[in-house]
Amino acid sequence: MHLSMVGRVRVAAIVVVVLSLARPAAAQFEFSGAWNYVGTEDLSNDSLPVDYMGLPLTDEGRARALTYSESQLSMPEHQCEAWPPTYLATGGFALLVTRQTEPIKGATVSYTIAAWSDRVPTVIWMDGRPHPSKYALHTRSGFTTGRWEGSTLVTHTTHMKTGNLRKTGPPISDEATMTTRYFRHGNVLTMLSVIEDPYYLTEPMVWTKSYQLAEAEVPSQVLACITTYEGATPGEVPHYSPETNPFIDEMSRKYGLPREVVLGYPETLYPDYRKKMKSGPGR
Amino acid sequence: MRRIGRDITVAVAMIVLTAASLVAQGRGNAVVRTAQAAAPIDLTGYWVSFVTEDWRFRMVTPARGDYARVPLTSDGRKTADGWNPAADESAGNQCKAFGAANIMRVPGRFHITWQDPTTLRVDADTGTQTRTLRFAPAAPAAERSWQGHSIASWDAAARSLKVVTTNMRAGYLRWNGVPYSENATLTEHFDLAPHGDGGQLLVITAIVEDPQYLQRPFIVSSHFKKERDGSKWSPTPCTSRW
Repeated sequence: MHLSMVGRVRVAAIVVVVLSLARPAAAQFEFSGAWNYVGTEDLSNDSLPVDYMGLPLTDEGRARALTYSESQLSMPEHQCEAWPPTYLATGGFALLVTRQTEPIKGATVSYTIAAWSDRVPTVIWMDGRPHPSKYALHTRSGFTTGRWEGSTLVTHTTHMKTGNLRKTGPPISDEATMTTRYFRHGNVLTMLSVIEDPYYLTEPMVWTKSYQLAEAEVPSQVLACITTYEGATPGEVPHYSPETNPFIDEMSRKYGLPREVVLGYPETLYPDYRKKMKSGPGR
Repeated sequence: MRRIGRDITVAVAMIVLTAASLVAQGRGNAVVRTAQAAAPIDLTGYWVSFVTEDWRFRMVTPARGDYARVPLTSDGRKTADGWNPAADESAGNQCKAFGAANIMRVPGRFHITWQDPTTLRVDADTGTQTRTLRFAPAAPAAERSWQGHSIASWDAAARSLKVVTTNMRAGYLRWNGVPYSENATLTEHFDLAPHGDGGQLLVITAIVEDPQYLQRPFIVSSHFKKERDGSKWSPTPCTSRW
């Protein structure tokens, strides 16, 4: 067999193209589907009015949190206010994920994680579009892009509105960002979320939680919200002035914990803190 | 036209030959390359627990009977309600909460090293425990142990480590006596992620299955920050009074 130079180049090109196409896909997993929240970890920490346990709050973040009264949610302007995208990391709900594709080549344009009760939908743009200008509008859903790093889906969220990390009032600012990684192992999906906030967190906040692929249909939890009178006095914003929050020690008393644990001091998140603690229930 | 057809024939032949060569190399590698050499990620180093979840279940001992979010069977609840740390201590069972199914939830530092080219070793300073994660087949020890018998394998595509542990002694999932039985199986997935300026996070997704004490798998994910060195390593013995 004798090939001309052009023929050899052509053959080489075909080989390279075909082999590159034949290479195993980068193990990107199927993200779309229904994922049930496993719910074996306590992430929400919202059973008592003052519970910032497990958060690395700045002094400013702690002070702001202590002024918060959950009665603010009774104000008509807040009743239908959805939680910020960070609720995806802290809330206990299923993920209903759909994939949107472009019509010619079928490439993935975005994933959408459906709304759930008081969380708005999250659209993860996969088409390489940039994040908006820093002057662009901040919204309840924020702006999220995604990319694959091997078999890990990595998303990045910006342009959030200011809000609360938990029902109990620890805040995040509108300059906070969230980077989330999704690892899939069989039918288990693990979400790693890292939230950074230059104002209210002393260091990046890290959460992980797991989901299982649903075997049965997961009912949607999108609820219509209609504002109504819930007892809030027009013109008043329920709050606590500095040093007056009456619930500041409720959790400490209930569980026998130092106040700094409940108030989200960053040193309490590391094993070394155990040595500093004196006594508690069962110890 | 004939030339194009001939080119394609040649190309197909080359692809087949190349693919065959790659397959052969792959087989060869499976024999020659050790688990250490084949590692798709580097888990070695010192890692510290970053306790942002389940704080009151991990950093302190919850009250007896507080087994919130653990899907216990009635047998499991009964056993948890009968938790007696003093009895554990006097029976020499003070390591029951430091077994494989809970040790990575115990706040502390973990040192991961290659014990040999086919065995990863995980040392925990809190409780002074050692896990050996074996890539090479080995028969389980005759006696059960707190850390059990762990078989490791790489998931190269996912860039992840999978570990399946059996042959454990019965232990606790939490400090307050929430039990797992000696028939439990622990499956773990180790994943890495970049963090901050050159830092790393380790995420371990643990799945505990126990036909005796759990109604369904108990799945928790734990995360750790990588530390520069072992300067904060502080071994302490097991205790039943955390």
